[in-house]
Amino acid sequence: MATLLEQLKTDIRFLEGLKACINCGTCTAICPAAQFYDYDPRQIADTVQNGNELEIEALLKSDTIWYCGECLSCKTRCPRGNTPGYIIQSLRHLSQETGYFTFSGRGRQQLQVKRLVGDNMLKYGYCVYIDEIDTTEHPEQGPVWDWFRQNTDTILQKLGANYKGNGAGTLRKISETDLDELRKIFTETGAMERFENIENKFHSNE
Amino acid sequence: MNKEGKEIVWGEYQKEIAPDNYYYARSCIRQNFFPGSEETFLKIVGAILGKDIYDDPHQTTCTGIAYHSDIIPMETTMTVVARQFSLMNDSGYKNFIPSCVTSFGIYTEMIEAWEHFPETLERTKQQLKSATGRTFSLPENLVHTSDIIYKYKEAILEKAKFKLINKQTGKPLRVVEHIGCHYAKIFPAKGVGGAEFPSVLSGMIETWGGEVIDYPERRHCCGFGFRNYVVKENRGYPLSNTKRKFDSMEPFKPDFIVANCPGCTFFLDRWQYVIAEMEGKTYGEDGFGIPVLTYEEMAGLVLGLDPWEMGMQLHQVGVESLLNKIGINYCSFDKYKGANGEDIGMPEKPNILKC
Ligand code: SF4
Ligand code: SF4
Repeated sequence: MATLLEQLKTDIRFLEGLKACINCGTCTAICPAAQFYDYDPRQIADTVQNGNELEIEALLKSDTIWYCGECLSCKTRCPRGNTPGYIIQSLRHLSQETGYFTFSGRGRQQLQVKRLVGDNMLKYGYCVYIDEIDTTEHPEQGPVWDWFRQNTDTILQKLGANYKGNGAGTLRKISETDLDELRKIFTETGAMERFENIENKFHSNE
Repeated sequence: MNKEGKEIVWGEYQKEIAPDNYYYARSCIRQNFFPGSEETFLKIVGAILGKDIYDDPHQTTCTGIAYHSDIIPMETTMTVVARQFSLMNDSGYKNFIPSCVTSFGIYTEMIEAWEHFPETLERTKQQLKSATGRTFSLPENLVHTSDIIYKYKEAILEKAKFKLINKQTGKPLRVVEHIGCHYAKIFPAKGVGGAEFPSVLSGMIETWGGEVIDYPERRHCCGFGFRNYVVKENRGYPLSNTKRKFDSMEPFKPDFIVANCPGCTFFLDRWQYVIAEMEGKTYGEDGFGIPVLTYEEMAGLVLGLDPWEMGMQLHQVGVESLLNKIGINYCSFDKYKGANGEDIGMPEKPNILKC
C-alpha cells in the first residue's frame, strides 16, 4: 500500500504547493489563520517536507489542518514559490480519503459543511441559497435579513431579479436539465462518493 | 527612474481586458446577499455603456465555496468549470467574466492546472464528455467583472451625475478599498496592478473624484476563510480578521468602504453590526457604521441610479450618511417600499448600531 507521502504526491496541489521550504516563516508572518489560531503554515510545510509518516498521520488526524482560511496570501509571499494553502488542500483531501478527519473536532465539521454547501449545490445549483439562510443559524445577518426574508418576492421584483423564475436572471430557478448535468458531474468525478464518505465515516464513529 | 521607464514597468502590471461581447458568470453569494448589484452591473455594461453581455440561464455554481471548504475533489471543480466554458462555447462568446472573486480565482486556477499538468486537461475532457456529452474550449479572455468597470471608468465619468466629492466641503470623499484575496494574491499577473499595486478599485475611486485611504491592514484578508464562516462555531475567525481591519482604518475616518469580492463586502457590512451589538463599538460617525458598497453601487451612484433600485436598503449598515455627503436626492420612504410601491414595513432597528 502506498505511503501517506506517496498518496500526497498524487495530488497536483501538493506538487504545486511544495517546491523546497527554507523554513523562513514568511508564510506564517502573512497568514491570517496564524494570527488567530495556534496554527503555523511554516510547520506544515516543514512536516510534509521531512516526510515522516507518523508525523504526517498525526497531522491528518489533527485539528491543525482545518484552521487555514485558504486565502492564499502565502502563495504571493513565499520566496521559494511554495503554497502552504495548497499543501493544506492536499492534506484535507487525504484526511477525508483515509477517514482520519473523524479523529478531530474540526475535521468532523466537514459533515456540517457538506450538509450546508454540498446539499445546496445538489438541490438548487447554488452553493448558498436564500431560502436556507435564517437569522437563527446566521444571527450576523441582522434584522435587515429578516425583513428581506419576510418580503423576498416583492423586494427581488423591485430589484429586477427573477427569483424562482424560468430563464435568465438573478436567483432564477436552475432547470432540472442543468441540475442533472451538475449531479452527473458530481457522480463522475467523485464528489458524490466523497459526500457519502463524509456521512458514513461520521456515523461509523458516532 | 525616468517617466518612460516607469511606464514600461507599469505596463507589466496591466492586463488585457476585452472591450465587448461578454459572457456573464454569476456569483451565488452576490445573487443572494447583493441581488441588486448583479442587475446593476448588467444595466451599466449593457444599457449605459452599450456593450453586448449575455446572461446564461444554464450556468450553475462554480463550486468555489465547496472547493475551498474541501468537501469536493479538485476533479469535480475542474469539470464544473469545463461545463461553464462549454456553455460559453454554445452561446458563441469568448470573453468570460465571473462576477465572484472566488470564481475568478477558481477559473484561473483550473486553467493554470490544465497548463501545468496536461493529463488533467485530458481527464477533465473525458469526465465532462462522459457525464454530459459536452466538449469545451477555453475563453480567449478571462477577467473579473470589476475589471470591466475599471476599463470603462473614464466612460462612466463622462456620463457622471455625481462625483465622489463631499458636497458641503468640496473635498474628495475618503475611501477604503478592499480587494478580495483571490483577485490578485493567487495569480498576481491576472489582476490590474498585480498583488503589489492592485488598482482595480483605487483607479475607479480616483477617476471619480475620491481619495484612497492607505491604512496599515489595507491588504489583510477579510477573514472569510470558507469553512471558517460556514460553520457557526468558527465564525470568530472572520469576525476577528475584519475587526482588525476596522480598528486599523478607524483613525483615517473613511466616508465609505468599497470592495470587489462578495464575501468581503458582506463581512465588512455585517460584522460592523455584530461588533456594535456585542461590544457597543461603532466605527462611523455618531453611532452609525461606515457604509460598505459594492463597486457597482459606487459606479451606480456616480451615474445617478436610484440607491433603492440598486438594493442598497439590504445593507445592515445604513448608507444615508454617504448619500447626503454626495448630495444625492433620495426618498426615505421609497427605501422600504415593495415592487408596486406598497408598504412592506421596516426592518427592526438594531439595539446599538444606528441605521
Ligand atoms: S514562506 Fe515558503 S519557504 Fe518560507 S517557511 Fe513558508 S513555505 Fe517555507
Ligand atoms: S492560505 Fe492558509 S496558510 Fe496560506 S496565508 Fe491563507 S490562511 Fe494562511
